[in-house]
Amino acid sequence: MYAFDYRRPATLNEADLALKAAPGAKLLAGGQTLIPTLKQRLANPGVVIDLSAIPDLKAITRKGDTLHIGAMATHAEVAGSKDVAAAIPGLATLASHIGDPQVRHKGTIGGSLANNDPAADYPAAALALGATMHTNKRTLSAQDFFQGLFATALDDNEILTEISFPIPKRFAYAKFPNPASLYAMVGVAVAETAGGPRVAVTGAGTDGVFRVPALETALTGGFKADALKSVTIPTTGINGDIHGSPEYRAHLIGVMARRAVAAA
Amino acid sequence: MTAVTMLVNGKSVTADVEPRTLLVQFIRDHQQLTGTHVGCDTSQCGACVVHVDGKAIKSCTTLALSCDGAQVTTIEGVGTETDLHPMQAAFREHHGLQCGFCTPGMIMTSIDIVRRKGTNLDEATIRAELEGNICRCTGYHNIVKAVAAGAQAMGATTKQAAE
Ligand SMILES: Cc1cc2nc3c(=O)[nH]c(=O)nc-3n(C[C@H](O)[C@H](O)[C@H](O)COP(=O)(O)OP(=O)(O)OC[C@H]3O[C@@H](n4cnc5c(N)ncnc54)[C@H](O)[C@@H]3O)c2cc1C
Ligand code: FES
Ligand code: FES
Repeated sequence: MYAFDYRRPATLNEADLALKAAPGAKLLAGGQTLIPTLKQRLANPGVVIDLSAIPDLKAITRKGDTLHIGAMATHAEVAGSKDVAAAIPGLATLASHIGDPQVRHKGTIGGSLANNDPAADYPAAALALGATMHTNKRTLSAQDFFQGLFATALDDNEILTEISFPIPKRFAYAKFPNPASLYAMVGVAVAETAGGPRVAVTGAGTDGVFRVPALETALTGGFKADALKSVTIPTTGINGDIHGSPEYRAHLIGVMARRAVAAA
Repeated sequence: MTAVTMLVNGKSVTADVEPRTLLVQFIRDHQQLTGTHVGCDTSQCGACVVHVDGKAIKSCTTLALSCDGAQVTTIEGVGTETDLHPMQAAFREHHGLQCGFCTPGMIMTSIDIVRRKGTNLDEATIRAELEGNICRCTGYHNIVKAVAAGAQAMGATTKQAAE
């Protein structure tokens, strides 16, 4: 790691001031992605601002038809939350399968979404559920938030503070994990929302998380796994690597989508 | 340099550290508690697992400064050579180790599994929960047996203490 200065603000306002005072500073959430990146000297931020001492960023609450999750809620906290289990049980299940127990004790929903790893699990859920991202400056729809591989709409000095999820009729996420890294080879999130069915895919897109209109249309007539049987996923925009070809991943999208609908 | 204070195995310790100091470096180099190991240094193997405020984490992927004010428990804090923790005793009894390199992390993780999942653990649960701990020697079978037995023994000890 390159040397850096360290700040641990106690309020969001202090964090905001610390960011403004140090252009190029990096926010530290659970550190499960950032610390390995710093170790490899892939980043040299000068200043690291640790969000772990701001209690407000951890809250999980349900208000009417919306579930609010603070950006600093850990995967273990989301997995174990009674509010999440009651409102969107599939989201708790998703969180309980991220990485391993130690990673889940540290890694956060905000860190995962801000990082937007093309194989991460939460982005698919946020997109399928039509989540809203709240920052210290504005609110963004999930659709506008994700902008390709490891890219989001967040500005350099913007802090993701909370994610709100409209509670759907049904939701589930099915992941085909890479057995070594546990990241998704293909992960499919399906939701039956007030605005109709939504399907989002992680792990398979050359440009990160994406929706699949053909699968969504097929589900409009009835939210049943059988409705997806006749849909073929084309390989355009699907990535291939040592773990699987675009053809294999395209096939897996169909399989995981049917499993997710059956589980929802 | 920045001052950091934490409660390590029940003892308050303070040191001046560079901000980039990892918790595992603080534990091993500053506190000379070398039971916590570094296997991969890339958050894969679990040799460095300790408890921070009661939860198992990988100390190679945590900054020491993030733990200012926290309670940290390492393998040295769970039992002594003459009075092993029930989980340590179970690893010895069931031959849950060969070279022993992964063992401190395995034991810290296993105690955390019992905290979260109770003392009656089935094989599938134990194997899934050991996802973040790698052993290069044993082939895991005896580790799984040791965790199940250690968990039962922890249950028996709590019951005795309550009586
Ligand atoms: C062994 C291992 C296995 C894993 N397996 C999986 C898996 O199966 N599925 C999966 O989805 N992920 C997996 N991960 C990644 C894990 O979920 C990370 O926790 C997550 O990607 C990053 O979250 P974090 O809180 O650790 O963020 P950090 O590492 O602290 O930060 C990540 C990035 O986000 C930025 N950031 C963090 N918080 C905010 C905020 N509030 N506002 C703005 N920017 C912010 C940081 O500046 C940094 O650039 C795994 C990680 C490891 C080490
Ligand atoms: S040394 Fe920390 S996980 Fe391997
Ligand atoms: S006993 Fe040697 S690595 Fe596990």
